[in-house]
Amino acid sequence: MANAITFPTLEPHQAFRLSMLLNDGRYRSYTIQIFVLMCLMLGIAWLVDNTIRNLALLGKDFSFSFLWSTAGYDINQRLIEYDTQMTHGRAALVGLLNTVVLAVLSCALATIIGVVAGVLRLSGNPIVARLTVVYVEVFRNIPLLLWILVFGAIMSEAVPAPNAFKGENATAGMILGAVAITNRGVFIPEPLFTRDLGTLNLGIVEPSLNAIAVLVVVIACVLISRVLVRHANRVQSQTGVRPVIWWKTMTVLAAPPLLLLWALGFHLGYPELRGFNFQGGFQLRNALIAMWLGLGIYTGAFIAENVRAGILAISKGQTEAAHALGLRPGKTMRLVILPQALRVIVPPLISQYLNITKNTSLGLAVGYMDLRSTLGGITINQTGRELEGMLLLMLIYLSLSLIISGSMNAYNARVGLKER
Amino acid sequence: MKKSLFLVTLGAVALLSATAIAGTLDEVKSRGKLNCGVSSGTAGFSAPDAKGVWQGFDVAFCRAVAAAVLGDPMKVEFVPTTGQTRFTALASGEIDVLSRATTWTFSRDTDLKLTFAGTNFYDGQVFLVKKELGVSSAKDLNGATVCIQSGTTTELNLAEYFRINKMTYEPVPVDSSAEGERQYQAGACDVYTSDGSNLASVRASFPNPSDHVLLPEIISKEPLGPIVRQGDEQWADIVHWTESALFAAEELGVTKANVDQLADGSDNPEINRLLGKEGDLGKMLGLDAEWARRAIAAGGNYGEIFATNLGDQTPIRLERGLNALWTKGGLMYAQPFR
Repeated sequence: MANAITFPTLEPHQAFRLSMLLNDGRYRSYTIQIFVLMCLMLGIAWLVDNTIRNLALLGKDFSFSFLWSTAGYDINQRLIEYDTQMTHGRAALVGLLNTVVLAVLSCALATIIGVVAGVLRLSGNPIVARLTVVYVEVFRNIPLLLWILVFGAIMSEAVPAPNAFKGENATAGMILGAVAITNRGVFIPEPLFTRDLGTLNLGIVEPSLNAIAVLVVVIACVLISRVLVRHANRVQSQTGVRPVIWWKTMTVLAAPPLLLLWALGFHLGYPELRGFNFQGGFQLRNALIAMWLGLGIYTGAFIAENVRAGILAISKGQTEAAHALGLRPGKTMRLVILPQALRVIVPPLISQYLNITKNTSLGLAVGYMDLRSTLGGITINQTGRELEGMLLLMLIYLSLSLIISGSMNAYNARVGLKER
Repeated sequence: MKKSLFLVTLGAVALLSATAIAGTLDEVKSRGKLNCGVSSGTAGFSAPDAKGVWQGFDVAFCRAVAAAVLGDPMKVEFVPTTGQTRFTALASGEIDVLSRATTWTFSRDTDLKLTFAGTNFYDGQVFLVKKELGVSSAKDLNGATVCIQSGTTTELNLAEYFRINKMTYEPVPVDSSAEGERQYQAGACDVYTSDGSNLASVRASFPNPSDHVLLPEIISKEPLGPIVRQGDEQWADIVHWTESALFAAEELGVTKANVDQLADGSDNPEINRLLGKEGDLGKMLGLDAEWARRAIAAGGNYGEIFATNLGDQTPIRLERGLNALWTKGGLMYAQPFR
């Protein structure tokens, strides 16, 4: 097009000309966007093409079949059945479960620490408030990896080895004869049943029917006791007199689970020193504890700041009004301030939960066998499937993050300000 | 608007950077230095000394290749790799050669598309334990906690050994030899397992090495050697024959001290061919005539490299054993230079 540059005129029905794509403000933005989109797609196409060519040049193909071949390596912490003869896919699943467990534990710890520290930082007691400031600033400003390594070093160097518990002049002892803190991990009693109902075969996992039975009964009891409380509330609002139901709820909550446990022959299995190490009991490995403390306390410092921001966002008048009604400070915080602060706290809290979940991938630093260590580490290394492994890893972390942010956003919608 | 400009530039750069892949030899020559993957800090094999200069058995090999190709043994960039990053570093072109006590296995050779340039160290996996534990055989290790470098063949051998012998163990995966050493010393594991040479190196760095014993069982064969990417035959030949030249030099009595004198000519035709006086072996490799002479001058012949880094005069005190020349009952055997 060798046209001269056309200037936009005031004529409403000017015929469309190609040069208007660049010169007319109505079309220019579309032109630029489409051009950029095409460049982006070209870029992506080039990346994919380049990858395929380079793989071909290295003589490698693109296949996920390695997931079905024998893994051959061991994973120390496994929530589901796993041995070295199982597949890389199974190993990845074991790693994924380890990631999820660590993430859930750390989120819980970080939330508790964060809420407590956030509230305490606003405390009227200057010593408490200052100490909280020190905690927040120290943990927030030092990289997470260092904290994990510090807790890892404490757990492996500052606590006794199992053979310190041995012999006549043992230098270490078990706490209450039930808990042993060693440099291999913390051993606590485990629940055991004399009658085993067997396992439920779900194909990939086989959960114990005993555990399921206990869980079902406990949930049922909680639901029944809530019905009782709701009934009491209704009676109170109608008559003004609250019926005495505490003994009913206690019975409902306690009796059926205890009866079930008795029927199944519940007892505790205590850890005891046999051979090189403690046997029996439930082992919380050092790596898990180091990661848990590191992630929980580090992220707790960030959550504390979120909580503080949330509380400060609530006008002081709310506190004064609550005090004027005769509410004590604790109840004011719990019933008036925090519920309102939640709508400020929850959105950044979602980010912190996502951070925790992604940061579990630092596990290899202390030998925690999470997804990054199994699928993203050993499997990739043994099979040479870097591209496939990394894609899979990214996909799984992405899904995990989307699930967390989706459910937390749903929660946020529930606690958010409801305008009517 | 700024963002879209950025994207356009990014796309353009990506398109322009699609260059053809040249041979590794040309790449190394034009770069002017050899990128060599080593382990990060294993005394005797590869560790920087007090002045920050890398020293060790694996390092000496990188220097020999650099001397042969570039004429200067110091023109090496050492890239520390872990058990988990080494193959990716090689496959992605970050390093030209991997000299990191890596075991030659079937699947690495075929499925991982690596080419092993030859074995320069015959090793086997053993167990290191504290003497006070009172264990005299690997068969007594049932229930032990074992520190193991993650992503190695050692890890697979360990799992297999305990399974075959119907024993259980608790693995503590570690990322590097140094981390394994720390955990073992802190008592977080009863046993540290790795290649015998690696454990000898680890034990030598302990304050009192005699408190620790290597158990007699050798549970695997670990032929270690330098590795290159599959598909570049010329580069693989250069690395292989540089290694062979070091073996041959020991066999023929060529040392760091006499290599210059012998290069002027000797009455042994094989020495003459090796050092570039006769024939044109260097040209066949794509190098000049004196490639082997420089490789030998860099750190001496194989025996000298072994002696300076791992032998009796070093704290590691490894015996030659299988790593002696074939003429002395070992397995080291150079293909003929003709």
